[in-house]
Amino acid sequence: MERMLNVALPKGRLGEKVYKMFKEAGFECPSIEEENRKLIFENEKLGVRYFWAKPSDVAIYVERGAADIGVAGKDILLEYEPDIYEMLDLNMGKCRMCVAGKKDFYDDRNKTLRVATKFSNIAGNYYNSLGRDIDIIHLNGSIEIAPILDLSDVIVDLVETGTTLKENNLEVIETIVPISARLIVNKVSYEFKKAEIQKVVEGLSRQVKRND
Amino acid sequence: MTFNTSILKNEEKIIYNLRALYHKYGYTQYKMSKFEEYDLYAKNKDYLSSDNIITFTDTNGKLMALKPDVTLSIVRNSRIQGCEVQKVYYNENVYRVPGAGKGFREIPQVGLECIGATDMFCISEVLLLAAKSLKYISEESRLSISNLDIVSGLINSLNLDKSAVSDIFKCISQKNIHELEAICREKGACEETTAKLVKLIGLSGSAEEVIPGLKELGCCEESVAQLEACTAILREYGFADMVTIDFSIISDVNYYNGIVFTGYISGIPSAVVIGGQYENLMKKMGKHCGAIGFAVYLDLLERLEESSACDVDTILIYEEGADPMQLHKAVEDLTDLGITVMAQKCVPDKIRYKRLAKFSDGEVSFVGKNA
Repeated sequence: MERMLNVALPKGRLGEKVYKMFKEAGFECPSIEEENRKLIFENEKLGVRYFWAKPSDVAIYVERGAADIGVAGKDILLEYEPDIYEMLDLNMGKCRMCVAGKKDFYDDRNKTLRVATKFSNIAGNYYNSLGRDIDIIHLNGSIEIAPILDLSDVIVDLVETGTTLKENNLEVIETIVPISARLIVNKVSYEFKKAEIQKVVEGLSRQVKRND
Repeated sequence: MTFNTSILKNEEKIIYNLRALYHKYGYTQYKMSKFEEYDLYAKNKDYLSSDNIITFTDTNGKLMALKPDVTLSIVRNSRIQGCEVQKVYYNENVYRVPGAGKGFREIPQVGLECIGATDMFCISEVLLLAAKSLKYISEESRLSISNLDIVSGLINSLNLDKSAVSDIFKCISQKNIHELEAICREKGACEETTAKLVKLIGLSGSAEEVIPGLKELGCCEESVAQLEACTAILREYGFADMVTIDFSIISDVNYYNGIVFTGYISGIPSAVVIGGQYENLMKKMGKHCGAIGFAVYLDLLERLEESSACDVDTILIYEEGADPMQLHKAVEDLTDLGITVMAQKCVPDKIRYKRLAKFSDGEVSFVGKNA
């Protein structure tokens, strides 16, 4: 039986930072630090295999057991609601899920609010909790231009520094939820690879506490 | 008639063996229609794992549904008197949208229900049958057990509003301690109880590891004793290695109570067995008695089976105008030897075979092997 611990890391800067945390926790894999375009890396001796995945796909790899552990943004977890364990807030990749609109935006409650977003589920749940009737316009990118072109009244999107909003003459109207990277674990893997997973969780948890 | 079991797929063998297992302990088969009145599900929508139900209008104008669940139908039709216990098993398909997926799936289930004056014997019998079912499917299996009363008892003592309680249940099901602590802090919940809840989530492992911790936390003695008794019986019958206690198993408390459990198989990424006591559902349906049961999700089991290397042993090529009588005889001769044969005029695409044979002038000659 294969006992490799499969770890899905989000491609990009966040993933590289997270790998360093895994390395410090005792799960190093030198080949991942070499400059190449490979996507899968193994350290057979330590029994760990890393792979780079598109950040929004990490939760799918973990939920479906292709990865035992992964690191995903809370935005993705709220949007797709995968059936996984969310065992640690890594306190990295911090930003906010916000409602933003034009500076002169006025919420006319007599009208259905048009909301452009990549996060239809999060937006739907948020406005549902307020009892507000909305029309969700699902977009895949450049959300900020939707209110400018009058495609929507507001947008629901991730805001890190707010610079993009400012440059497009938009502002945050409401913060829905703070976002950060989370360590997620497949529920079945937790049963069968508990000791290894526990070691990762404890190793990363120590670093998170130290950086607090 | 002799029955050749070698033709059965892995999950088909499992179905027959699980049926035989449940039958052995006096469970009788409960056969039901594929349809049920929609009203039954509309009234108990939260009990179902997904809101999506396939509905249609019957010829008499009634709105019907393709069964998304079996338990509700069995409970509705159960007639229990006195100290009687109804023990039934089923082997049915249900129609659901699984997880966050899109589109309906037909999901085959085998399961059992034990309804009536259930006692500790009944509860542990169902747990034993769940453990045996899992062990039958794979040696590499785990049965994870929780007592929902312990979890909900602690949560209720936090005195939080309904939406916060539901958020906390969600956090527990995800072992999400950081958010649970944040909610409790924000709502001003008792710090001592919050700390207890955090410890409870951390308790996960064998009965020997977990039970002392539960006692230390001062959890409801009756519920802890129930958990202890169940795990002791499972240990007695040789299942100690596969049984763990884990409080992240959360089922809707409006329906479930007491013992709840989940079964996992190594190599299958989600739970294969889901079950528990559902006395709150019984109450909702106006039946004041005990109930416990579980379902085995068979749709996932095909992942355990290795694909066979070929579709047929031999492809027998015959020419146009070959004598059908002689061809039949040649085919029968081969099948009598236990070889599977497909007679064709040419080698078909995408069929995997071991040997190629030629039928000519009433004779069979083997002409080659598949590359």
